[in-house]
Amino acid sequence: MAALGPESGPALTTGTVAGGESLPQTGTLSGTAALPAAGKVTGTFWRRFTLRRPLAALIIQRLGLSVGLLFAVSLMIFGGVEALPGDFATTYLGQSATPQAVENIRKDLGLDRPLTERYVTWLSGAVKGDFGKSWASKNSVSEQIGKRLGNSLFLAFFAAIVSVPLAVALGMLAVQYRNRLPDKIINVVSLAAISLPEFFVGYLLILFFAVQLGVATFPATVYDSMGFGERLSAIALPVATLVLVVLAHMMRMTRAAILNVMSSAYVETAELKGLGAFRIIAKHAAPNAVAPVINVIALNLAYLVVGVVVVEVVFVYPGMGQYMVDAVTVRDMPVVQACGLIFAAFYIFLNMAADILAILANPRLRHPR
Amino acid sequence: MPDLLSVRNLKIEATSYPPGEPPKTVTLVENVSFDVQKGKVLGLIGESGAGKSTIGLSALAYGRGGASITGGQVLINGKDILALDRNGIRTIRGCKVCYVAQSAAAAFNPAHRLGEQVIEASLRHKIMSREDAEKRALYLFRVLGLPNPETFGQRYPHQVSGGQLQRAMTAMALCPNPELIVFDEPTTALDVTTQIDVLAAIKHAIEETHTAALYITHDLAVVAQISDDIMVLRHGKTVEYGTTKQIIEAPNEDYTRALVSVRQTKREEAHDQSNTLLKIEHISAGYANGFKVLHDVSMHLPKGQTLAIVGESGSGKSTLARVITGLLPPSEGKITFDGKELPKALRSRTKEELRRVQMIYQMADTAMNPRQTVRDIIGRPISFYYGLHGAKKTERVKQLLDQIEMGDRFLDRYPAELSGGQKQRVAIARALAAKPELILCDEPTSALDPLVAEGILNLLLKLQEETAVSYVFITHDIAIVRAIADSVAVMHRGKLVRFGPKSKVLSPPFDDYTDLLLKSVPEMEIGWLEKVLTTRRMESAGN
Repeated sequence: MAALGPESGPALTTGTVAGGESLPQTGTLSGTAALPAAGKVTGTFWRRFTLRRPLAALIIQRLGLSVGLLFAVSLMIFGGVEALPGDFATTYLGQSATPQAVENIRKDLGLDRPLTERYVTWLSGAVKGDFGKSWASKNSVSEQIGKRLGNSLFLAFFAAIVSVPLAVALGMLAVQYRNRLPDKIINVVSLAAISLPEFFVGYLLILFFAVQLGVATFPATVYDSMGFGERLSAIALPVATLVLVVLAHMMRMTRAAILNVMSSAYVETAELKGLGAFRIIAKHAAPNAVAPVINVIALNLAYLVVGVVVVEVVFVYPGMGQYMVDAVTVRDMPVVQACGLIFAAFYIFLNMAADILAILANPRLRHPR
Repeated sequence: MPDLLSVRNLKIEATSYPPGEPPKTVTLVENVSFDVQKGKVLGLIGESGAGKSTIGLSALAYGRGGASITGGQVLINGKDILALDRNGIRTIRGCKVCYVAQSAAAAFNPAHRLGEQVIEASLRHKIMSREDAEKRALYLFRVLGLPNPETFGQRYPHQVSGGQLQRAMTAMALCPNPELIVFDEPTTALDVTTQIDVLAAIKHAIEETHTAALYITHDLAVVAQISDDIMVLRHGKTVEYGTTKQIIEAPNEDYTRALVSVRQTKREEAHDQSNTLLKIEHISAGYANGFKVLHDVSMHLPKGQTLAIVGESGSGKSTLARVITGLLPPSEGKITFDGKELPKALRSRTKEELRRVQMIYQMADTAMNPRQTVRDIIGRPISFYYGLHGAKKTERVKQLLDQIEMGDRFLDRYPAELSGGQKQRVAIARALAAKPELILCDEPTSALDPLVAEGILNLLLKLQEETAVSYVFITHDIAIVRAIADSVAVMHRGKLVRFGPKSKVLSPPFDDYTDLLLKSVPEMEIGWLEKVLTTRRMESAGN
C-alpha cells in the first residue's frame, strides 16, 4: 500500500504545503521506513530516542507535523481571503458607497493596518479561541460558531455511528460472498448511492419519506428548545443522506483491503487449520487490513464535518456549512476565516488520528524487537 | 488395517488465463498413487513445477490458487476426504492433517502472538482445553529446542528469527496431535547451519510423537536424512517410487540418477596472482540508522578469476556487493579497481567505471522490467554504454543471445514468457552487454532447481573462458564454491573469517565457524544427520 509517506515525512514539518492539498493522508504503513530518516533531521538525542522508542517518536513526529500543517493552512486561509476580489465595505454599503464612507468602515474594521500585523493579531486570538467579531452582525464569531459547530458535529456524529460499522460489516460480508450474488448486490446499491449527487439523494428522501409517506420531518431545522428525541427525528433524513453518500467508499475500501490480505500465506495457514470462513476474515484478515480502512474512514469522517454544506442547505439545517456560505456572500471575513480554520483543523486532526491509529495497529511498531 | 494415507490415481487440474487467449485447463498432477503408514515419512522430491506442493496439499483436500482435484481418491484411514463437504473437510484440516509451509515468516499472522496461533487449531477443533494446549505448546517448544520456551509464545512473529519461526510452525502443526503432517520445504529458506538444527528438531519431534509425514523438498540430500520412502516427481508424474536406500544407492531412472549425481562441474583452481583486478582494503560500512554491517573487510581478486564469498544470511556478503558497486558508500576503507581507486559513491563514478562492473541478481524476476521484451532488456546497456542503435544494436543483442545459448527466437519475448533459468540467462546477457571486466553475482542460482542451476554455472564458466571476465560470486552453497571458485572468502556477522585460495580455505585446519559451515552441508548419504549430531554431542561433551 502507500508506503510513500516516509521519505517526505519529516521534511514537511516546516510547513511546505504549497499545493494546499498535501494533507497527511498517505503513510498507512509509513511507520517502519520513517525511522532512519527521522534520525537524520535532528541531533543524536532524537536519533537515540527514535531507535529506543520508535512508537513514541513516530507519534510525536505526527503531532509536530499536524501543528506545522495547521500553521501553514492558517497562512493560506488568511492570504486567500485577503486575495479575494470584492470588499466588505462596498458590499455592505451597496448603492450608498461613497469613497468617504468606505474609508470610514475600513478604518473602523482596522483594515488600514498592515497585513502582517493583522495576521498576527488574528492568529494570536485564534489560538486562544477568539476569532474576533463578525463584521455583519457585530457579534462574537466564537459564540456563534460554537452553537453551529455543535449542530454540525451532532449530525456528523450520528451519520458516523451508523455508516462506519455498517460499511465495515458490509465490506466483510462482501468478502465472504465475493463474486457471488450478495457481493454484487452490495456493490451495485452502494455504487448507485455514491453516483447520485447528494442534493438529489436528499430531495428523493424528502419526496418519499416526508412528502409521500409522511414518516419523517422536513425541514430538519433544530432549535435550542428541542428535546433530544425530537432532534434525532429531525435529523433522520440528513443523516440517511450522508450515510448513503459515504457508505460506498468505506465499504469498497474495506472489501479491497481484506481481499488483498485474503490472498496472503497466513490466511492460507488459517484455512489449512480448518477454521471457519467468518473467523478467518474477522480474526486473521481484518487486523491486517485496518490501516488502509482507518484512513478511508478518517477521510469520510472529515467529509461528514467539512463537506456537509450542500446537505445542510437542502435540509435547512443550522450547521457550520450554511453559516460559512452565508458569510461568504456578504464578505464577512472573520467568519469565513474562522470556519476555514476550524474545518482545516478537523481535517488535519482526523487524518492525524488515522495515521496514529494505523501506526498503533502495526504490531512491528507496537512490539519492537 | 488400511494405510493412514492412501492416494490413488490423483489428478489435479488448474485453469490458466493466458493474456489474449481463451482460458485453458492445465494438468498439474496426473496418475499419482502412494501410501504412507502410521509413523512413516514419505519424501516427495522434484524440481519446481513438479507438483510436489500440489500433491502435499491434496492430503488436506486443498487446491492452491485455482487448482482443483479432478480425479482419484485421497483416503485417510480408508475414508475418501475428497467426498466430504466443507464442514467435513474442516474436521480433517488442522486436526487429523496439519501443514508446515515453506516460508514460516509469511505463514504466521503478523497481528497475533505465536502462542495463540500455535494452539488455535487445537482449541477450535475442541481437541483439548486451553490449559492442556498451552502445556502441549510448551512441551513442543522444548522438544524443538526453542529459546526460552516459557515466554516464547508471548512473542510476535517479527520478534523471532527465521529458523525459530520454522520450528514454531512445526510446533503449530504438531500441537493438535495430528496423524499426518505435510512438510512443504520447511528448511529451504534457511541457512545450512540453521537447517541442520531444524532438521534434527523435526526428526526428533516426528519420532517422539509417532506422527506420519509427507516431506516435500527439492534437495535429495535433505530428504535422505529424514524419510523412509521417496517418490521422485517430474512434470506432475511419478518418475520413481521406492525406499530411500534404493533411490539414493541404486536409482533406476535416468532423471533420478541425474538428481543424485548433480554438481559434476569442477574447475581447476588458477594460481596466477600477479594481475590484481579488484582490491578491497579495510572496508567498514553500515546503514543510516547507525547499524554497522561490515567490519574491516579486506580481499582481492586477480584478473579472469572467480572469488567466492560464502556466508549465511546476515553475514554481510550482499552488503559487500553493494559497497563494491557504490550503492552503499563505505564509512572506512578503499576499493581499488585495475590499479585505480574507485570513488566511494555511485554518483561520483564515471560512466566508464560503471561499465566495467556489472551485477547479476538472485531474483531475475524482480531485476527485470516485466513490460520490456528481451530485446529491450539486453539492448539498454548496449545503447547506454556504446551508443548503438537500430540494426547494429539488434545484431549485438543476437550475438549475446547466442553467447547465452538461447538464440534470436527469444528477441521479442517478455520475461513472463521465460522459465526461471532462461530469465537468469537473459540477466547474464544484460550484464555481458556492457563488456564488463567484473561481474558481481549475488546468489544467481539459489532460486533455481539443481539441474538448471548447473546449466547456469557451466554457462558462467564458459563465458569466463571466452571473455576473461572476473566474478565475485556470492553464495551460501559450499558445493558451488567447490565447483567454480579460485579463491574463497568466508564471512560471518560482517567480519571476514577466512580468505585465500580455494584449496587452502576448504582444507583443514579449520577455524570453528568454517568447520561448522562445512559440516552443516547435507550429504547424499543415509545416516549423515545422525553422524553429525553424534560428533557434535561428543565434541560438546569433550569441551
